[in-house]
Amino acid sequence: MTSVLYDAPGPGAKRRNIIYSALFVVVLALGVWWIYSAMSDKGQLEWAKWSPFTESQAWTTYLLPGLVNTLKAAGLALVIALPLGALFGIARLSDHRWVRVPSGVVVEFFRAIPVLILMVFANQLYAEYTDISTEMRPLYAVVTGLVLYNASVLAEVVRAGILSLPKGQTEAAKAIGLRKGQTMRSILLPQSVTAMLPALVSQLVVIVKDTALGGALLSFTELLSARKTLAANYGNVIPSFIVVAVIFIVLNLLLTTFASWLEKRLRRAKRSTGAVLTGGAMDDLSVTGTPISKTDGATGDEGGGGG
Amino acid sequence: MFDFLEGYDLLGAFWVTVQLAVFSGIGSLVLGTILAAMRVSPVPLMRGFATVYVNVVRNIPLTVIIVFASLGLADIFGITLGAADDFDALSFRLAILGLTVYTAAFVCEAIRSGINTVPVGQAEAARAIGLNFTQVLSLIVLPQAFRSVIGPLTNVLIALTKNTTVAAAIGVAEAALLMKEMIENESQLILISAIFAFGFVVLTLPTGLILGWVAKRVAVKR
Repeated sequence: MTSVLYDAPGPGAKRRNIIYSALFVVVLALGVWWIYSAMSDKGQLEWAKWSPFTESQAWTTYLLPGLVNTLKAAGLALVIALPLGALFGIARLSDHRWVRVPSGVVVEFFRAIPVLILMVFANQLYAEYTDISTEMRPLYAVVTGLVLYNASVLAEVVRAGILSLPKGQTEAAKAIGLRKGQTMRSILLPQSVTAMLPALVSQLVVIVKDTALGGALLSFTELLSARKTLAANYGNVIPSFIVVAVIFIVLNLLLTTFASWLEKRLRRAKRSTGAVLTGGAMDDLSVTGTPISKTDGATGDEGGGGG
Repeated sequence: MFDFLEGYDLLGAFWVTVQLAVFSGIGSLVLGTILAAMRVSPVPLMRGFATVYVNVVRNIPLTVIIVFASLGLADIFGITLGAADDFDALSFRLAILGLTVYTAAFVCEAIRSGINTVPVGQAEAARAIGLNFTQVLSLIVLPQAFRSVIGPLTNVLIALTKNTTVAAAIGVAEAALLMKEMIENESQLILISAIFAFGFVVLTLPTGLILGWVAKRVAVKR
């Protein structure tokens, strides 16, 4: 493997690498030992604290309903945010200043505000001005907050997707006499949708992660707050945290794997113009920290590194 | 019109937000740089560790990490970070710890992607004219990598500033917690929310504009 930073290792370097590896193993082992002894000191490794997860009751009563709520909020947020985002993204590309500038201001405004602030605001707004029941209000508030924030992020995704298409597409459309609306509908949007699919899936990871905010501050009964009631019942704080973290990691890894598979597939199938918007390319735009796709479109050399 | 502000320490809350962002910004820059160094190192085991760290941490919600820091690290394991008696200081430090651990994964990826933008040909040309390893790194590769890292790091910093609100989940008295308290007790929902939204716009927009301008100025034109 060639890297910018070092040559292919020779005999001396290989020996050095083995020594470094050995040292690193020792450090890692010490860390693992420290965690292990801390956990067994505090009795967190007792089987009684872990056994609930082998029984169906912990899952059916606590974790699965929580997971369903997490997915419900994330799914609803994506479904509502997507058309809104597309609308604003296209509006930002409008030829008319009075359309372009206000939609730009709206998008930049909501991207600059933390999701939590939006959720807290929506929660209070629904409490004061609507008669949504108290049980449903957290879901509404979480979805509203997520929609406001993610619609503005997706607006940028859509805009970048359309801008990533070669200029010849618009020019050719103009040459055969299509109107602006027709060019957008039948030429640009269909191509940009395939280009931005990976970025959309990556954004879904951000949405899934942000639902946990509703659990911590708005008493929305998603996975994190389901953990709380579970731990209160079985008295297993650390194991429950680990299980919930693993659920989140698996869920999000599935999504990122799907995104990079999609990206590779789209790159290979040159049915569009070949422009693909990766999660990495979108990193400039999404500020909550979109997961960066494993291969960097720009260089694609070092890739995910060995591991 | 603004009498509802009385009795609330608005500036103090935003000052806590800024402190959270600065301290965990420095922390995650250090940790993230170490991770990035491991991620591009020639030692496969270190590369593997850094890859696993990044993939695990950035797939866990920040909220889970910060709540764990409070309920797990402090309450169960008794890790008090030198603030055993002072609850406010303890949750403040735990929040910084959580933010640092989380943001470091994104800093690592930003730096790695910066190193990846340097074409291999640059290093090969440098070796061809007889520079040794240290010279290649310090004269050719790192100067180019640093310049392309500023843009991505700016985005991480802005995301971090906004993520400090998550510290409200463990009771750190920062802007989001004060906002929640104020809109529940006062009747000026729209006005209070507008003030807090404006506060965050003031914190994030100039950072983005200034550092974005710097990033564009110093970027290597290819």
